[in-house]
Amino acid sequence: MKPKREWDWLDHPQNIRKLRIAFYILLALTVLPDLFMHKHTLFHRVESWPGFYAVGGFLSCALIIIGSKLLGFVLKRKEDYYD
Amino acid sequence: MTEWLPPSLIFFVGALLLPLLPGKARKIAIIAVPVLTFWLITTLAPGTGWHYQLFGHDLTLLRVDRLSKAFGYVFTLNAFAAFLFAAHLRGWHEHVAALFYIGASLGAVFAGDLISLYLFWEVMAVASTFLILARRTEKANRAGFRYVMIHLLGGLCFLAGILLHLHAGGSVGFEAFTDRSLPAYLILLGFLVNAAAPPFSAWLSDAYPEATVTGGIILTAYTTKTAVYTLIRGFPGWEILMVVGGIMAIYGIVYAILENDMRRILAYSIINQVGFMVCGIGIGTALALNGAVAHAFSHIIYKALLWMSAGAVLHMTGKSKCTELGGLYKSMPFTLIFGCIGALAISSFPGFSGYTSKPMIIEASVHQGLYWVWLVLEVASAGVFLHAGIKFPYFVFFAKDRGLRPAEAPAHMQAAMFFMAFLCLFLGFYPQPLYAILPFPVHFKPYTFEHTINQLQLLLFSALAFFMFLPLLKRTDTISLDSDWFYRKGGKLFVSVTDRVFNGLNSWADKVFVRRIPELTARFFASPGVYLQKLVLIPYYRIQGMSQQPIQQEMGRIERRAREGAYPVGVGVLLAVLFLTVMSLLFFIG
Repeated sequence: MKPKREWDWLDHPQNIRKLRIAFYILLALTVLPDLFMHKHTLFHRVESWPGFYAVGGFLSCALIIIGSKLLGFVLKRKEDYYD
Repeated sequence: MTEWLPPSLIFFVGALLLPLLPGKARKIAIIAVPVLTFWLITTLAPGTGWHYQLFGHDLTLLRVDRLSKAFGYVFTLNAFAAFLFAAHLRGWHEHVAALFYIGASLGAVFAGDLISLYLFWEVMAVASTFLILARRTEKANRAGFRYVMIHLLGGLCFLAGILLHLHAGGSVGFEAFTDRSLPAYLILLGFLVNAAAPPFSAWLSDAYPEATVTGGIILTAYTTKTAVYTLIRGFPGWEILMVVGGIMAIYGIVYAILENDMRRILAYSIINQVGFMVCGIGIGTALALNGAVAHAFSHIIYKALLWMSAGAVLHMTGKSKCTELGGLYKSMPFTLIFGCIGALAISSFPGFSGYTSKPMIIEASVHQGLYWVWLVLEVASAGVFLHAGIKFPYFVFFAKDRGLRPAEAPAHMQAAMFFMAFLCLFLGFYPQPLYAILPFPVHFKPYTFEHTINQLQLLLFSALAFFMFLPLLKRTDTISLDSDWFYRKGGKLFVSVTDRVFNGLNSWADKVFVRRIPELTARFFASPGVYLQKLVLIPYYRIQGMSQQPIQQEMGRIERRAREGAYPVGVGVLLAVLFLTVMSLLFFIG
């Protein structure tokens, strides 16, 4: 009996590219409705601008990642630190 | 009559009977206990029961209202799934510890007074420790020891608060605290230790990942969520909790991003999620408290699901570090799917349970005009997707294929994960049954078009940030310093200081009193006459300027005389005279 062939669709770079393009299209689709609808303001006018949550999400994460990376220089230790 | 049976009782009876049952019956019993208890809770009518007297106080073992029932439901639901997941365990030790632990947390949730609550609180701390020790590794033993010490410390804080509260004439009943006094703050501190609020949070990320595969799943649900329950009951609307919750939410994300061990990532994300709940309790409006309860409910389910998928990976591969895992999607596809459902639910992705609960808290902050709280919670929401929603599945199941090809998880584990995944989706699409059991009437609609689009933008652009910054997120074989540094390194320092001081004193005393002095006295009493003469005569001859040679000869003569017994008076007389001399000197000086 021949061993079952593994599902290796993700191992091919051209498929990863397809996924990436699909992801970008998805991103664009989530921002698109903002251009045609009236959005509520919670605290400041800026929240009703199109794509506010997209920018907010991206910037928050960028901030968190960079902040964590910097903290990592202070906090990271070898695994046997406590032994 | 059943309506007046405390739910914890079934778990305790189950725990006591379990070791007596044969293997097959044990497996049925362990599933039957949570099912039976769940049914019992559905029959409980609001009110109190099981009053008893202890330490001269009227105590209440059973207080049923909407809040305690909501927690009772999810505690038993989770117990059912966790025991199903653990069906492969042969022994009964872990099951007994788990039954006592879950039973005690049910007891705490249904306790009507502070003293009963405290007793269950301590049973939880001790019983849960055995789920960590059951791993039977040196690391687990040490982590378990640190875990129980911190919980006993928190428990002592809680107890001190209760005693001061009672001493000041406070009621023993467990109701919301209104006066901001020392006893209330001590009790709050005790609760916050169990809620894993920094800086008392390190016990969680330290100990849970050292627990057994199945123990970890059980631990994630009860200690922190019982603390959330007590905070909702005792401290709704205490503003400080907004600050504490916000810190917890951000802290959990940062540490989860730095972490390498997959179960430790999930442990930090518990702190992050409990942060949302604590923040909601701090806001304290009906909407916010509903949100805290709803989020605790869905959190217990998706967090258990995440721990189950991580547990399944650990069970099958024996590895839990991101740097050793990857590419598992090929051989564990079902575990991957279940894990992703949990990951999407924790990220509050539309269509999953987190989306119908967490936004209640965020909306409550908007209603109260709390700009900073809203901002922190939104930033943290984006960060959740980053650290738990993508990072966990990505590094474990995708990322670098490390050639691991474990078999898919056993059927009972998959069944448990399927059950929890189903609940995540069910509550995501149809949250009405959950809303119906919340403490206050719910007027909240998660699926407005605008809100859903906002959430999708927030999450998908977080994902974009994840993949853009991926080089910064590469895992390393490291651990991160946390507040446990103070007692882990501090403990070592304490040991080494006390070691130096007390063992130094000990060895000095040993040298002087055990060796030096007996040696000297032994030498003296071997021939006291000779010794005394030498003691006096050697300095005397020296002063006279006699050289070394004649002194030696003189000494030799003295020794010879002593050996031959050629003294005119015996040694005894000599000593007697000396003694009298000393006495008379003392007499005259005195």
